[in-house]
Amino acid sequence: MLSSARFSVKNALRLNSRFMSSTTEVPVREALNMAIDQAMEEDDAVYVMGEEVAQYQGAYKVTKGLYQKYGERRVIDTPITEMGFTGLAVGSAYKNLKPIVEFMTFNFSMQAIDQIVNSAAKQYYMSAGDIACPIVFRGANGIAAGVAAQHSQCFAAWYSSVPGLKVVAPYSSEDAKGLLAAAIKDPNPVVVLEQELLYGTPFPMTEEQMGKDFVIPIGQAKIEREGSDVTIVTFSRGVGISLEAAEELATKGISAEVINLRTIRPLDRETILSSVQKTGRVVSVEDGWPQCGVGAEIAAMCMEDDATFDSLDAPVQRLCMADVPMPYAQNLEEAAVPTVGDVVESVSKIMVRQAAA
Amino acid sequence: MSSATFDLSSTFSMHNLDTAPPTSTTATTEELLEYFETMYTIRRMEIECDTQYKSRNIRGFCHLYDGQEAIATGINDVFTKEDSWITSYRCHAIALIRGGSVRQVLAELYGKHEGYTKGKGGSMHFYNKEHGFFGGQGIVGAQVPVGVGLAFEAKYNKKEGEPMNVALAAYGDGAANQGQIWESANMAALWKLPAIFCCENNNYGMGTSVERHTSNPGGEYYKMGNAIPGIKIDGMNVLAVREGMKFVKDYCANGNGPMYVEMQTYRYHGHSMSDPGTTYRSRDEIAETRSARDPIEFVKKALIENGLKEEGEMKEIEKRIRKEVSKASKEAMKGEIPPMEELYNYVYSEDGSKDKTEQQKFIRMPQYDKSIKA
Repeated sequence: MLSSARFSVKNALRLNSRFMSSTTEVPVREALNMAIDQAMEEDDAVYVMGEEVAQYQGAYKVTKGLYQKYGERRVIDTPITEMGFTGLAVGSAYKNLKPIVEFMTFNFSMQAIDQIVNSAAKQYYMSAGDIACPIVFRGANGIAAGVAAQHSQCFAAWYSSVPGLKVVAPYSSEDAKGLLAAAIKDPNPVVVLEQELLYGTPFPMTEEQMGKDFVIPIGQAKIEREGSDVTIVTFSRGVGISLEAAEELATKGISAEVINLRTIRPLDRETILSSVQKTGRVVSVEDGWPQCGVGAEIAAMCMEDDATFDSLDAPVQRLCMADVPMPYAQNLEEAAVPTVGDVVESVSKIMVRQAAA
Repeated sequence: MSSATFDLSSTFSMHNLDTAPPTSTTATTEELLEYFETMYTIRRMEIECDTQYKSRNIRGFCHLYDGQEAIATGINDVFTKEDSWITSYRCHAIALIRGGSVRQVLAELYGKHEGYTKGKGGSMHFYNKEHGFFGGQGIVGAQVPVGVGLAFEAKYNKKEGEPMNVALAAYGDGAANQGQIWESANMAALWKLPAIFCCENNNYGMGTSVERHTSNPGGEYYKMGNAIPGIKIDGMNVLAVREGMKFVKDYCANGNGPMYVEMQTYRYHGHSMSDPGTTYRSRDEIAETRSARDPIEFVKKALIENGLKEEGEMKEIEKRIRKEVSKASKEAMKGEIPPMEELYNYVYSEDGSKDKTEQQKFIRMPQYDKSIKA
């Protein structure tokens, strides 16, 4: 799976670099680091807290060098005690600090989900606007390679169902830098779902994107590739495989539009629905489970909107993780998650459907 | 101004402290009257809540503070607006004395827009940031780590040469058993935060009395930190582990309760394969441990130095074991990969017994039409 994720990213790079000039290749983890560093430089209220974020330099090295630069007051190693340190960070945000809480992986955020949902997400509402909670929860989310059931799962659907939370999921380095910067500046709790398999992947970045003023507005999707026959709606790792699938579909004469959601909550309904109305077909691609997943929400959205529903030429297709806990063995793991081949096949099937009709 | 002196000698019990509050204090008439008025207002307000609740003018949950008035009043006398205070859902009184009015509190309970939190919060959710009051929190115990976060801010923004503002997290004796209180207490102690863990022990966590919910004798929550006995053992010495654990097992098996055990040991490798294990400790430290404290060398030396085995014999044993492991590894490598059914086996058990997977009617696969159907 790791190798296929990398392969798809390479193809995506080839596509991107055609349109870009004077860019630098920056791995996603460095883009994240850049966003945190710039925010800390600008605002003393921003601090980083989590397990192994300081002396160890981050389990995935996202916080590399920050402890050396900002010291122990602002880059803080915690005991392994998610519920405790998450609640603590939330309290400090009530008093206008801007914590960036790193979960080593989002799997461990389950230990703290009460503090995220009940203490952070609802505070502004409960206090009738008296106490905001400007906090970022970030870390590796989604599938990983060979780490089995407890360490390989996507929490996009979980967190995106909670009013009061914003949820973003970057794909590229540009996404990572711009979305994390926006998350830190946002006065609300924002969950930033990163993808471990992409941390080391380099993407081209422009000078502007690397600059300190660059943000990607939360709530706006990006059309990564324009097309006219089918809309592929996806996020995070799914963007890479979808772009690769779109390339393959093009060789078969099928023009696929690929939407990178970037934000899972609030969803950019306008971009999604107008694209589906244009193409008449939609396939969602995610690494989360099917039931009540992000794809389920996309499908429901297309059903609920009259104009979109009327424009559909084929049933909505969902690609998602198999409805099982993640297995360990490589062949089973590969069978459990959507691949480039799955996307190509799904799209091809709904195109055939029109020919028959 | 008239005043009186009061004996306090039987009002404190100290734990792990060399200093203590004074054994007597003086209060003026003015002070005492102020306390009385505050406390009596709280009492009457809570009784009014009781009445109105029974008349169905207050919805949902409603937790009253009557009987506990002295705590809020006494604390408030010592605190400034810059000090922070967070409590549970039993919060009407704190909302009142941290900048609120009886009318605002009751209007909130009646669901009015002029209420303390515009009718959005109800009985459990009052806040007043300007007066350092942060709720009014509905999840038992969850306010404590949050309160320690308020203390974290106080230290983060402390002014050089001045005392810090403090933050008080109040919770009941029922909440005192929440694991997250220990988690945040640990960090507060580690980072020397100006955090006050204030257990308002009213003897009952809902309907469970302290005797039935805490192992601390007499429900003495101020001794919570170290009620359980402990032993530290050299975990690099197999004999120490054996004898130590004999002692521990004997203690625990005979109805004396639990024991904390700390085994002093060492990890040679990094935390995981992605960690070289050298950024946060020195190679010398690892080498020193290997040469001086290695647990296997300890046993080997014990055998040889006591004339129980020759050095050559030990070498033979080591060689044999290395061979056995290598052979087992090769055999394992030849095994088959799991069949595809294993992808969806054991998601659910059929009857709780071993190896009986429940046949599911439908298992969604990445592609819908490749889903598994019974």
